[in-house]
Amino acid sequence: MNYLLMIYENERLMNDMSPEEQGRVFAEYHAFTEGIVKSGHFKAGDALQPVATATSVRVKDGKVVTTDGPFAETKEQLGGYYLIDAKDLDEAIAIAARIPAARIGTVEVRPVMVFDQGGM
Amino acid sequence: MSVTPDVGARIERLYREEHGRIIAPLIRLLGDFARAEEVVQDAFEAALAQWPEEGVPAEPRAWILRAARNKAIDRIRRSARYRDKQAELTAVAAVEGAFAPSPDALLKDALRDDLLRLVFTCCHPALAPDAQIALTLRTVCGLTTEEIARAFLLDPRTMAQRIVRVQKKIAAAKIPYRVPEADELGARLEAVLHTLYLVFNEGYAASAGDALVRHELCAEGLRLAELVAQLLPDETEPKGLLALMLLTDARRDARVGPDGELVVLEEQDRTRWDHAAIARALPLVDASLAARPPRAYALQAAVAALHARAARAADTDWRQIAALYAIHARVAPSPVVELNHAVAVAMAGDLAEGLRRIEALDARGALARYHLLPAARADLLRRAGRFADARRAYDDALALATNEVERRYLARRREALPP
Repeated sequence: MNYLLMIYENERLMNDMSPEEQGRVFAEYHAFTEGIVKSGHFKAGDALQPVATATSVRVKDGKVVTTDGPFAETKEQLGGYYLIDAKDLDEAIAIAARIPAARIGTVEVRPVMVFDQGGM
Repeated sequence: MSVTPDVGARIERLYREEHGRIIAPLIRLLGDFARAEEVVQDAFEAALAQWPEEGVPAEPRAWILRAARNKAIDRIRRSARYRDKQAELTAVAAVEGAFAPSPDALLKDALRDDLLRLVFTCCHPALAPDAQIALTLRTVCGLTTEEIARAFLLDPRTMAQRIVRVQKKIAAAKIPYRVPEADELGARLEAVLHTLYLVFNEGYAASAGDALVRHELCAEGLRLAELVAQLLPDETEPKGLLALMLLTDARRDARVGPDGELVVLEEQDRTRWDHAAIARALPLVDASLAARPPRAYALQAAVAALHARAARAADTDWRQIAALYAIHARVAPSPVVELNHAVAVAMAGDLAEGLRRIEALDARGALARYHLLPAARADLLRRAGRFADARRAYDDALALATNEVERRYLARRREALPP
């Protein structure tokens, strides 16, 4: 069963860190990622550029309308994700809790929808 | 064997008593709450259709179990979920195996693990608390959606949607149907006990609604705590929670006056307490205190036991109660526990120290919206003879209290202050 782990955190916290602190966080992410690759849970994962680089897109009356910035203004921003394969929600939660950002931000765990042959 | 007009009532009672134990293995075998529920419904509908005509069978429980087994097998055979004949035969054999023991053995022992799985899944921390409560009452206790809606003063459709939503989440997010491993059992058990406590408390804190229905929630909370205490005999906290519920429930009749007014512990007629329930609870309190250090429910039950043991309010061992709250504040710190500790310190003889602690708590702002803080301060100020200060504190409490019964009590107390 696949789960998308979405990492929400306050971007400023990361920016305000000293280079040494940032280095430590990167090392933690590296170790975490390596761990779930080895255990076979890892399917994909990336860090995202800050929300300042985001563009929201809608189509209205057939016209593409773009706006600067993310869809919703929130204190925590989507900063990255992992796509994992876990046997159930408990395993997915246990993995999510090991993501360094879980200590200062929020990790949202969403099951990936599975389409049966006969539709949903 | 005769057709009696109360066949329907008997089936209803059987449903309530056995629903949890019948559905628990079916959820495991069919892999889905909704499917298992349909099978249980089918079995009871068959009883409703046949028993009034043919009479109640000699072994009603065995009959229902057999009907559930057969309906489950029918469902497997009709389902397109099984890839091939072999998978279908395996599933059928699993159902037959699960229901093979005698009904007595099945209902007593064989379903123990399934029933525990059911309780832990219904109270999974990934589910919202109100959804946990609704699902537990519906699945483990066999309450109908209408009954649960009535107890929580909600529209039955809202409650039905809540139950469908939570069942969908369990299936879609793949919340496992299992008893947590030893290393996580403690934290998960705490969540289960908290849900059971909420069920009981919803019935006990008579905030609104039909008194009878509310009492039913207390009864279900007790039944669930009893069940978990039996299923996990080596754990101390289920015993603590069960004892706490029994001791609290024992005061139910004495807690309401003739005009529906609140009667506080100190003023209750202690002969009206349920002394049989107290006698049952006391050994459970001792057993629950065996854990080192003692845990939160055991400590609360121990406090309730000290109140229960005092023949008159004046005999209450407040020193010991203060000592218990001091331990509680160490093992499970919370501002509410600190408030209770402060009151116990005051009641044990040191009014000034109790008031000082409450004022320190208030200054920290941790209980800013909690009416029981100014209410406790008002009561201690009254005992200290500082009536003008007490009056102001009652005003503060009245400004925060929302429960009508409690508001009337506070107003009455305020009026009774000497000038």
